[in-house]
Amino acid sequence: MELFDELREKAEWVWKETLMIHKVAPGIRLASSLSCIEILTVLYYGNILRFDPQNPYLEERDRLIISKAHGSVSLYPILADLGYFDKKYLSMVGLPGSILGDIPDCSIPGYETVNGSLGHGPGVACGMALGLKRKHRKEKVFVLLGDGELYEGSVWEAIMFAGHHRLDNLILIVDNNKICMLDYCTNILNLEPIDNKFKVFGWQGFIVDGHNIEDLHGLLLNVKNNSANVPTAIIANTIKGRGIPRLEQDPLCHIKALSHEEIDILLRKRVIN
Amino acid sequence: MTSGALRDVLIANIHQKMLVDNSIFFLSADFGSPALDKLREDCGDRFVNVGIAEQNLINVATGLALEGFKVFAYAIAPFLTMRAYEQIRTNISIMSQAKGVNINLIGVGAGLSYDVTGPTHHCLEDISIINTLPNIDILSPSDSILMPKILDYCLNHNNPKYLRLDGKTLPSIYNQPGELSITDGLYLLKEGRDALLIGTGYMTHKALRVANMLLAEGIDIAVMDSFLLKPMNVQKLKEAIDGYRYVITLEESFVGKAGLDGMISGMIRKENLPSRFLGLGFSDKYVFDVGDREYLHSVNGLSIESISNTIKDFLRGKSVCQS
Repeated sequence: MELFDELREKAEWVWKETLMIHKVAPGIRLASSLSCIEILTVLYYGNILRFDPQNPYLEERDRLIISKAHGSVSLYPILADLGYFDKKYLSMVGLPGSILGDIPDCSIPGYETVNGSLGHGPGVACGMALGLKRKHRKEKVFVLLGDGELYEGSVWEAIMFAGHHRLDNLILIVDNNKICMLDYCTNILNLEPIDNKFKVFGWQGFIVDGHNIEDLHGLLLNVKNNSANVPTAIIANTIKGRGIPRLEQDPLCHIKALSHEEIDILLRKRVIN
Repeated sequence: MTSGALRDVLIANIHQKMLVDNSIFFLSADFGSPALDKLREDCGDRFVNVGIAEQNLINVATGLALEGFKVFAYAIAPFLTMRAYEQIRTNISIMSQAKGVNINLIGVGAGLSYDVTGPTHHCLEDISIINTLPNIDILSPSDSILMPKILDYCLNHNNPKYLRLDGKTLPSIYNQPGELSITDGLYLLKEGRDALLIGTGYMTHKALRVANMLLAEGIDIAVMDSFLLKPMNVQKLKEAIDGYRYVITLEESFVGKAGLDGMISGMIRKENLPSRFLGLGFSDKYVFDVGDREYLHSVNGLSIESISNTIKDFLRGKSVCQS
């Protein structure tokens, strides 16, 4: 399977680049950015999303709203690699004159919306999905949502709306890394079973291993190409701080930073999966 | 089409535009009007009731606007502006600096329009809190006769706007709106030599009554209606204020909090104009009193008589304290 080998290789590269960015910008939400690397890699390199880096707002593009903007710095290397902006900015994150900050927004080519404040993505995506339907367009609206964003009431207003209006052009992926800033979600307010909650609101729900490239690719391709006449929620079970033992085991990993020495050791040791 | 409640006249005009323009969407947070019943019957594919969900109202409006639609988002003013304030800040104020979005927030129930429904439904904060957000225009009309022009302004300006509409039917105070331009921001309704009184919305009507009362006592004040509060047409305002030693604002807002008073007095300071300034409105407390609008005004120092006396004191050079 050549594509999957390529995707694994890309995901590995994105992981390393994200750590390199962390060296420059210690304030990025590293652990949260590591849990969604395979999701973003499959979306962009797995022929799931339709896009044109030379024309970021091409009408024929699929829309992707990164609702968990904090935890998406791993998208920087992908967008640079695809040509949305110059790769030089990857080594300038947070530095004077850069276009890339610790939290991305729509001033960066490739980002559709402003999501430094959480819980806005699903509602804005509903508006886009409804607008696309009224324009009789076939493009899809994808949302990457952090599981912690499910605590925001505005998210449930949008989930109700999408279900009622049967927005089957809306595909929402929950990066279910199970940790907020201070603790495991099960200790804060239990969110499970997440897929069932979507289902009772009129969505179809799927659970997938968010680090398994083949499974992610198969599911995303399937839901993109086969309408069930209802919106789709994909609960991608992931590990926060993926690939870094010290972070993976720490419920406070959201705000943890690594030292330069730690990063260098990790980058030397890491081999593909 | 030019008489009736501000919202009905506006919605009837929007309805006519929607019949011929597929790029207009109308969203409501489960809030209606007689004119809206016709709109949603004829344009059901572009009318959506999002439910009592102001946060989602703003977010869905944003998504539609990003897809190129001109969107009207309609709700009760205090809930539109305050329940969904952070959505307005993030998705409208911040985002519109990077992307053009034609979102028009229609808040009904300016000031004490909803007099007897109490402090949750009163709206004395909206001008100042929306004013503090960059990139959003603020329109506060006093007369339904302005609505066709205001609608043209909304459709032709690809940026966010907040329309602050009175909940009640207001009498007409404009004779010849044909010559008026919304971008002028203001209009002189009555000339006068002793002072300039600037009102907005309902309070423009009250300003005219104050001016009449004072005229009977030999005090001749000019009355100006401010309908585009932001962006302020500084040149027009300077011309209007020029020569007046006394400038007074009158609004159904908390005073001293960057409402109409702050906008005008700030401009006077910034432009180094010699006018003395007085801002009139509600003092720093909510209104729990029960009664009709004018009663609520009277027990809060804003009856025609109280305002007239306050202005007389101000013109005599006495120090005037609103609260």
